[in-house]
Amino acid sequence: MNILVCLKQTFDTEERIVVENGRVKEDGVKFIINPYDEYAVEEALRLKEEHGGEVTVVSVGPSRFEEAIRTALAMGADEAILADDPALFGDEYTVAKVLAAIIRQRPFDIILAGNQAVDDGSGQVAVRLAEELGIPHISTLTKLVVEGNQVTGYRDAEGDVEVVQATLPVLVTAQQGLNEPRYPSLIGIRKASKKPLTHVTAADLGLNPEEIRPRTKVVDTFLPKPKQAGKILQGDLQEQVRELVQSLRTVDKVIG
Amino acid sequence: MATEEKKLTKGGAFLIEAAAPDEVFTPEDFTQEHLMIAETTRSFVENEVIPHQERLEHQDWELTVQLLRKMGELGLLAADVPEAYDGLGLDKVSSALISENLTWGGSFALSHGAHVGIGTLPIVFFGNEEQRRKYLPALASGEKIAAYALTEPGSGSDALGAKTTARLSEDGKYYILNGTKQFITNSGFADVFVVYAKIDGEKFSAFIVERDFPGVSTGPEEKKMGIKASSTRPLILEDVKVPVENLLGEPGKGHLIAFNILNIGRYKLAVGCVGGIKAALKTSVKYAKSRKQFGTPIAHFPLIQQKIADMNIRGFVTESMAYRSTGDIDRQLQSLGGHVDGMSAARAIAEYALECSVNKVYASEALDFVVDEGVQIHGGYGFIQEYAIERMYRDSRINRIFEGTNEINRLLIPDMLLRKALKGELPLLQAAQGLQQELMGMLPLPDESVPLGAESHILDMAKKVFLFTGGLAVQKYMQSLKDEQEILADLADIIIEIYALESALLRTRKAIEKGLNAENKIDMVQVYAREAFDRIEGRAKRILSALEEGDTLRTQLAVLRKLTRVQPVNSKEIKRRIARRVIEAEQYLA
Repeated sequence: MNILVCLKQTFDTEERIVVENGRVKEDGVKFIINPYDEYAVEEALRLKEEHGGEVTVVSVGPSRFEEAIRTALAMGADEAILADDPALFGDEYTVAKVLAAIIRQRPFDIILAGNQAVDDGSGQVAVRLAEELGIPHISTLTKLVVEGNQVTGYRDAEGDVEVVQATLPVLVTAQQGLNEPRYPSLIGIRKASKKPLTHVTAADLGLNPEEIRPRTKVVDTFLPKPKQAGKILQGDLQEQVRELVQSLRTVDKVIG
Repeated sequence: MATEEKKLTKGGAFLIEAAAPDEVFTPEDFTQEHLMIAETTRSFVENEVIPHQERLEHQDWELTVQLLRKMGELGLLAADVPEAYDGLGLDKVSSALISENLTWGGSFALSHGAHVGIGTLPIVFFGNEEQRRKYLPALASGEKIAAYALTEPGSGSDALGAKTTARLSEDGKYYILNGTKQFITNSGFADVFVVYAKIDGEKFSAFIVERDFPGVSTGPEEKKMGIKASSTRPLILEDVKVPVENLLGEPGKGHLIAFNILNIGRYKLAVGCVGGIKAALKTSVKYAKSRKQFGTPIAHFPLIQQKIADMNIRGFVTESMAYRSTGDIDRQLQSLGGHVDGMSAARAIAEYALECSVNKVYASEALDFVVDEGVQIHGGYGFIQEYAIERMYRDSRINRIFEGTNEINRLLIPDMLLRKALKGELPLLQAAQGLQQELMGMLPLPDESVPLGAESHILDMAKKVFLFTGGLAVQKYMQSLKDEQEILADLADIIIEIYALESALLRTRKAIEKGLNAENKIDMVQVYAREAFDRIEGRAKRILSALEEGDTLRTQLAVLRKLTRVQPVNSKEIKRRIARRVIEAEQYLA
């Protein structure tokens, strides 16, 4: 079975976000595998253990991503491809195009990815990728069963479970609860440095920069306002409701 | 083909030679593999150890063994075991990183440390082929857990005074062991013990004793002040028949094993203290940020900031020193080439016996300082068990006692140095004589044109102070210097301060040379160098005053003053800066 995993490197969830000159500061920040992608890596390894085959990690991002990729290799993935050519960077539209270009060059049965990245939280790339490749997708899985050609995905549907069936090839995205990712063992860490990690450029992929140009533009980056202390409304119910409606209108301006 | 050989540093040479930054290993040199090993250990601690701390502190040994086995599956018990025996044969920096990161999970780290260190290493280094084949794979996987039994009720620091005996059976197939060992870590659940006993009451020797051998039992758990998640019991040996093939090393050569294993125990203890310092600092800084008094988080108060800066600086110095020594040991081991027999490996580590003792003393006292200030930052809550710092405070105290008390180690430091000098391994006496000449003339001035020039000068002068006072002490007392324990301890303190300062200074200079952002390191070295130098001067004064009196003393104090002239810095402001960075990072910051 040819198993592909899309992986992004993100800030450690415990890092504090500092915005400086309109950009998120990266100095001295600890980076990790996007936790949702880590579930995808773990699920891929389990599929490999069950069905045999190879797990390949595919990633688009700067060279610091190598660290996260090595971790996935240490967990047990077999090889990795990193598109670290800055000409390939952009928004979700761009990344999906680049991933599709990489993936079209190789055989695959199943593609796994995180349901979303914890940094920008957009949750678009994997789904766009499925569209680019013209294959079905099942998102936000908490359980995945592959039997022969048949794929059964148990989706987290706002607290309910939705069961979706598909046939390979398919793309699935991981939700928290899908599995408990393993730690890279020391022997895995050792082997990881010898596993192949291929770097690809726009030229390698035959991509025209104009075609993959981002379709969105970041206008501003800022931190949310610090949380204020809550306010407990006083008086009888009537008064409280009146005050609440008024402040929703005039103070927080959430209703017109 | 000529490849550039890195010069191997001689143990103790730091006192008379100036080392270059690229000669020392620093945490900035960790490889990606090192960092991943640290990360695996950290994740294991965070997910498997810390959530169970309460059960571990209440001595749920089943859980302890279960966790050790899980560590075995991850390879975390195999770092120091050679590949030929199903281990990983990693470098010592890797195993140091495992130890450091495990300490975050409290005294469970000691169960691990006793197993992989003093429990397993005697077999790694001194076991014969059969013994290694028989025991190491199971120890590396965690299938079997090891312990080390040296101390006895009547022999602690005087380890060779052991009363446990071994007598060869009449058929020559067994040694029959009798005696009681005291304070044995892991004794509640260990399967394999390395036990020291005297053959015929004379020849101090080591044996591999299995728990299942008839006559082996353990006494009750000790009720300890701290490190409660670690099992400590007496080991009782009553007519235990130990097969002769379980004699470790040669009969009567047990001291070689004991002392070499202690060296390893000592530098590893320092590495563990590094983790302890970082954990205590983190919990204290977090508390200081959240605790409000007079309407302000106490982290805003300068006196709290001063504590935080001091704690961070101690952590930095300890870390610099511990990894420098670990790196030296690695280099020494690598110089032996691929296949290394245990004895030469142990000898390679013994080259740095002095540094091992220096590390042990400095790190255990740094940790004690840090947890003490940590409790102080917590105020009354620091005295309450729900706060982690309370446990850290109790857990820290044993470090100044085990692996050789700090007093024993302080006596060993000048002793080892003098031995090296007398054997001609270190030109110490020549250096002391050279200094006499130098003192007649003009002393060099600091080179302010290079980064940390003033601090490098302080270090040079500190070394001269050591040669000056040490030389006079040797001259005056000759062989009977060993009876002047107070002077020896003061000399040891000067040596320790020099190694500590130099390690921090070289690390910082290396970081600067590598083009890394070193502003915090530079700040720390600037204040630390002066504080260390004040302590060195104090010790030197005390030594001189014990050696001489009257005019001679006055002359020598004048020389000391000449050597200790130093330009102060505004340490108040610098420490505020350091504290601000640490408070922002909410953790230790190199």
